[in-house]
Amino acid sequence: MISRRDFLQATVAASAIYGASGVGNWSKLAAQQALTQDDLLQFDTFGNITLVHVTDIHGQLKPVYFREPEINLGVGAVNGLPPHVTGADFLKMFNIAPGTPEAYALTYPDFAALAKSYGRMGGLDRVATILNAIRADRPDALLLDGGDTWHGSYTCLKTGAQDMVNVMNALKPDAMTSHWEFTLGVDRVNEIVEGLDFPFLGANIFDAEWDEPAYEPYKMFERGGAKVAVIGQAFPYLPIANPKYMFPGLSFGVREERMNEVVQEVRDAGAELVVVLSHNGFDVDRKMAAQVPGIDVILTGHTHDALPEPVMVGGTMLIASGSNGKFVTRLDLDVQNGQLMGFRHKLIPVFSDVIAPDKQVAALIDEQRAPYEAELSEVLGHTDSLLYRRGNFNGTWDDLICNALIDEREADIAMSPGFRWGPSLLPGDAITREDLFNATSMSYPAAYRSEMTGETIHVILEDVADNLFNPDPYYQQGGDMVRVGGMGYHIDVSKPQGSRITNMTLLKTGEAIDRAKSYVVSGWASVNEGTEGPAIWDVVESYVKRMGTVSIDPNKSVKVTGA
Amino acid sequence: MELTRRGAIALGAGVAATLALPIRAVASVDDAIAAFTGGADMADAGITLTSPEIAENGNTVPVSVDAPGAVSVMLLASGNPTPAVCTFNFGPLAASQSASTRIRLAGTQDVVAIAKMADGSFARASNTVKVTIGGCGG
Repeated sequence: MISRRDFLQATVAASAIYGASGVGNWSKLAAQQALTQDDLLQFDTFGNITLVHVTDIHGQLKPVYFREPEINLGVGAVNGLPPHVTGADFLKMFNIAPGTPEAYALTYPDFAALAKSYGRMGGLDRVATILNAIRADRPDALLLDGGDTWHGSYTCLKTGAQDMVNVMNALKPDAMTSHWEFTLGVDRVNEIVEGLDFPFLGANIFDAEWDEPAYEPYKMFERGGAKVAVIGQAFPYLPIANPKYMFPGLSFGVREERMNEVVQEVRDAGAELVVVLSHNGFDVDRKMAAQVPGIDVILTGHTHDALPEPVMVGGTMLIASGSNGKFVTRLDLDVQNGQLMGFRHKLIPVFSDVIAPDKQVAALIDEQRAPYEAELSEVLGHTDSLLYRRGNFNGTWDDLICNALIDEREADIAMSPGFRWGPSLLPGDAITREDLFNATSMSYPAAYRSEMTGETIHVILEDVADNLFNPDPYYQQGGDMVRVGGMGYHIDVSKPQGSRITNMTLLKTGEAIDRAKSYVVSGWASVNEGTEGPAIWDVVESYVKRMGTVSIDPNKSVKVTGA
Repeated sequence: MELTRRGAIALGAGVAATLALPIRAVASVDDAIAAFTGGADMADAGITLTSPEIAENGNTVPVSVDAPGAVSVMLLASGNPTPAVCTFNFGPLAASQSASTRIRLAGTQDVVAIAKMADGSFARASNTVKVTIGGCGG
């Protein structure tokens, strides 16, 4: 585990040239209990270029609760490095007092209690207010969207993401990249892209047959007298982690050599600042920053990490702006004669009760939701427990989904994918249809029911574990571990693939899983074409309605070692 | 170019073909390398092997090699039942010593490329290509 001092040295060494981050401000203000919109937006405009970064909004037009992870392990060289620091360790590393608004925004401890004090976060109407303030200071600030925007809610699903497209267009982004966008199907993506006023970038998206670029790789901007190149990097493992039949003919991949070429190309074309708008995931970006020379800033995405300070890798600055609209990053840069001379950074927390909604965007959001309001607000049941998803091994939302799958589909074992999206609900909250879709909405929702041998279940768990815990970040896919209901196991994250998972136990009998025996397994979101079963939201709705009020027992069925 | 992969396909197609196959094609990876290099040392630099970290489709994995100054490059899929994929030979008039192909991988394994240089020296590159069942990226 790296100490706070080591981390500060890493940033301070670079800060000798650069500058500092704005996190200290809201810490102090929080202590004074006087958080206002002006305080949150306060920023002394710096240098000649402003970047604004949002990412992984996952269809959340309205403010939400979103609990950050308790367990977020890093393996190999990144063990204990941000973002693989949580809870009290995170607060200590970034010098944040427990119980403060920033502790609530960035970490999990006392989440339910703090959520009652500090309220929901996000809402694109609040994001609009922040953008207006930034543009008042710096009218030509670049708004860059890291993707996972056109996915994740009931209205997004019902409108083919038109709700998100309409509202994001009102915010006027300058570029975006992508991941879940492609689960709309490539035809719908292309239809939307044709109508955008800004480029949809992906240097690593290729035509699989001809092995040639399929989307624009980068866009050059002129800002503050300097040429700025923004290179897009889509999620590298789309055809593996999501159903490839939805975007046949496209190939992705990390393609480090391609990034090298494109950085060289934009430098040759006179770029004085090179920004990568990335959906790689933080650890992949950290490796890419070390491997590919010439990148000044990587705006990271995909892994949903929120960090109050940039992480420096050599001369490259990595920015992590969280998810679900909780944060907006403002990064002011001073670029002179082709050199990055300094920066000022602020991770702006979007406290929805502190930041006033922009009226126009609020009305636009209401317009998108109006046709669906009755379905959205229908109460399906209540929860006695905090429902959240993030964490490497389990979350109560997925425990609920697994319980529903076992019960409704009469299965021995349930599996729920390790997605990182899906906001939280507080104990005592109603579970509305909107809430259910925030946790399950997608274009391949079939809840399958099939027989698998103990051997097959083991192979699946080992495969997913390696996607998360392979010590080489380029082999990581950025999701969390598949959540398992009805079965416990031990995992040693330090072991190689094939020997991490042991002690698989069927919880209802307490017996060891027999490699040769068949078990009834139910799950959802299979990437295989032709998967059959009811939609996952129908399964969970039926279960929640039947239970009336759900409560989730603490999940102690996964034993973790090796971290 | 001498396509031993064709031999591999023939192996699956008929029993009689096994007898006709050169020993090399069914021997272990180490033996194949030894046969190609004559046991000479191999440098780490001088050949670039490009392959995806994780295969999008294990049945057709794009692989390319670039070895300036090479006269031939041998490509091996070390974990396949028949590791030999192909050997690219470059004549004196070849403008560049690079080639690309698509190969089938039986599972996660190292793909190995060995270049024989004009001066008789050898260079080796190796990449792990994961073949995964996928499905849980979030």
